[in-house]
Amino acid sequence: MLGRTAASLFWMSRYIERAENIARLTEVGYRIALTPDIGSGHREDWQSTLVAAAGLNPYLERHAAITPEKVQHFLLFDRDNPSSVRSCLETARNNARAVRTALTREMWEALNSTYIDFTAVKASDLGSGKLPEFLDWVRQRSALFRGSMLGTLLRDEGFHFGQLGAFIERADNTARILDVKYYVLLPTNESVGGDLDAFQWETILRSVSAHRSYRHVYKDRYRPWNIAEFLILRQEMPRSFRFCYGWIERSLEGLSEILGQSPQSRHDSSAILSDLKNASMDEIFQSGLHEFLSAFIKRNNDLSSRIAHDFHFL
Amino acid sequence: MKNQAVNDQIAGTTHASAGFDEMVRPDGSIRPAYQKLADWLSQQSRGLMAKKQEEAEAIFRRLGITFAVYGDSASNERLIPFDLIPRIISAKEWRFLERGIEQRVRALNAFLYDIYHRQEIIRAGRIPAELITSNEAFLPEMIGFDPPRKIYSHIIGTDIVRTGENDFFVLEDNLRTPSGVSYMLEDREAMMHLFPELFSAHRVAPVERYPELLRQTLESVAPQSCQDDPTIAVLTPGIYNSAFFEHSFLADQMGVELVQGSDLFVEDGALYMRTITGKEKVDVLYRRVDDAYLDPLTFRPDSSLGVPGLFDLYRAGRVTIVNAPGTGIADDKAVYAYVPDIIEFYTGQKPILQNVPTWRCAIKDECAHVLQNLETLVVKEVHGSGGYGMLIGPHATKAERAAFAKKIAAKPSNYIAQPTLSLSTCPSNVGTRVALKKGSLVVNSSQGGGTKDTWVLED
Repeated sequence: MLGRTAASLFWMSRYIERAENIARLTEVGYRIALTPDIGSGHREDWQSTLVAAAGLNPYLERHAAITPEKVQHFLLFDRDNPSSVRSCLETARNNARAVRTALTREMWEALNSTYIDFTAVKASDLGSGKLPEFLDWVRQRSALFRGSMLGTLLRDEGFHFGQLGAFIERADNTARILDVKYYVLLPTNESVGGDLDAFQWETILRSVSAHRSYRHVYKDRYRPWNIAEFLILRQEMPRSFRFCYGWIERSLEGLSEILGQSPQSRHDSSAILSDLKNASMDEIFQSGLHEFLSAFIKRNNDLSSRIAHDFHFL
Repeated sequence: MKNQAVNDQIAGTTHASAGFDEMVRPDGSIRPAYQKLADWLSQQSRGLMAKKQEEAEAIFRRLGITFAVYGDSASNERLIPFDLIPRIISAKEWRFLERGIEQRVRALNAFLYDIYHRQEIIRAGRIPAELITSNEAFLPEMIGFDPPRKIYSHIIGTDIVRTGENDFFVLEDNLRTPSGVSYMLEDREAMMHLFPELFSAHRVAPVERYPELLRQTLESVAPQSCQDDPTIAVLTPGIYNSAFFEHSFLADQMGVELVQGSDLFVEDGALYMRTITGKEKVDVLYRRVDDAYLDPLTFRPDSSLGVPGLFDLYRAGRVTIVNAPGTGIADDKAVYAYVPDIIEFYTGQKPILQNVPTWRCAIKDECAHVLQNLETLVVKEVHGSGGYGMLIGPHATKAERAAFAKKIAAKPSNYIAQPTLSLSTCPSNVGTRVALKKGSLVVNSSQGGGTKDTWVLED
């Protein structure tokens, strides 16, 4: 397999995952804006959304003020924002076109028709409450793409590169969501947690579609300590660090088997996974949640670069 | 009676009544090759055809069969208009065409070998020396080099038009990097999907073996130094090239890698592609990149589409480039006028397929004729390809013709002219959507032309 083909599969998958995450973040932002009770929170929460989407600075370079319409447009449609849903879908599709033959027909059709249908939607079509429906659609299309990949793609090198892209992106996304709101998750907050905090906690869980699964796992009200644990260490939570690294590990293992060599990235990912397995929330909070999250984001990025290097992405 | 029904069905779909009608004779009877299709058509409702047309477009759109049209930024990727009604060629007609094409291609390959070696045809006075030596398509770098099996152009595109029952003309030869074969294959796929019943009623010669034959052809010209099964790769300029879909399609169908220049590098006298484990040797490169961009060390230094050092490797016989560089000298429009002489010179036979009568502006008398008859002629740039930069006399305004006349007068050797032919017509289903500019005489996929399935019937 060409290094460029591997790179395209990796980035195609990453950008589809990112499109889905941006849609999810936008949906949470939209919900918050509909909740009048939290007063001055409005503006700040759209700001948090931008930070979680790694788009605050690019946004502020273009817009003086943070308004819901402008933020939504920036996150969904802005061609100049490389992480807007539109740009993500376009980048994913360009990568897919370049390696069209490494994809199954189902995968290509899922991605191509998503892109074509998306480009037919104008921001002005989404007034009067149509936004959630549209965001749902984006998530469904991402699920369709992943489903096509899981259901039809040969389990060879290509599959593993697709998996690596998806889970590195997902781990990064979960870490960013946590880091934006890490302060509402500090244990000191628990005793004083009022309605506003409960709302913030729910917001975090919603951004990773986990507000209901939380109840199943913890059978308890929202507690910041549990929420952090859920998204970082629990292996049954499909967007947690631990879960993502389980899959990253498996794909690097699969690649090592196919290629008959064990690259550096495999050792690096094993080290991260083993740290996550051995970690406890006690230690994480003691050494600082924010510090832990920042370090994880960096390690995750480094692994991505290492993979690109090991497999000759160019 | 039947014919009336057919005519109703295709009413408003045929054009230019003056030309030869491939389906219906002047007396209204149906030509034998089309008989079954005509019967079938007369039984279909207009609504069904419209529905099938939409179905076909959905199939192509989803598969990503698009053709980028240069200079048309609004619709960078455009769906190629697809026509549901097949063109039918009888077995007898095809045998004639096949003989003619084969004769022409053998002669043109012999011409290329000669031009890059002893140039006997010039010595014999059959073509002027300056036609070759002062031609930009002539690659001095190829002089004295023997490509494997002495084949220069392995894949050719012979553009043929029809004007009568037995009148076929070669409009031009494409010997460099012809494109379009994926449409033949996908059109057939679509037709078999849309109208299976038509295929059980006809004996249509299959086209599915094309990728396999292409692969065999590429393997057969592997460098002599290659001991094992040769590794083949398709070289594309990338996803923004108008024919990218085809490059990707063919690589997939042949089961070989689709590479870009950046995937390739030359090391220790061999060509390699960068793979996830390091590198893999490439023996045969089916390139869909123009000569000028193949190797920045030999040709355009600013090109990033090619591979530095590739050409030296080729000349050293370590890798085969298909088609060979330098084939453009044989499909150049100035050379086109000499192809009948070329065929006679190398085969000793009369050409089976006719050329379109061509006036060479480089020759004084012929140039005068062209300038006096611009309103009836099509004038083409000698080195252009793909239908860019031409004058279609009958459709141009007086001002456009005057402007073009000035260009011709300034550099006559840059132009040739041909009469507009009264092209044959065949039924098409254009009820739903017309993507072609009305009345355009240029049919070329790079200019947004359309496609339809062509059936060669078996006896």
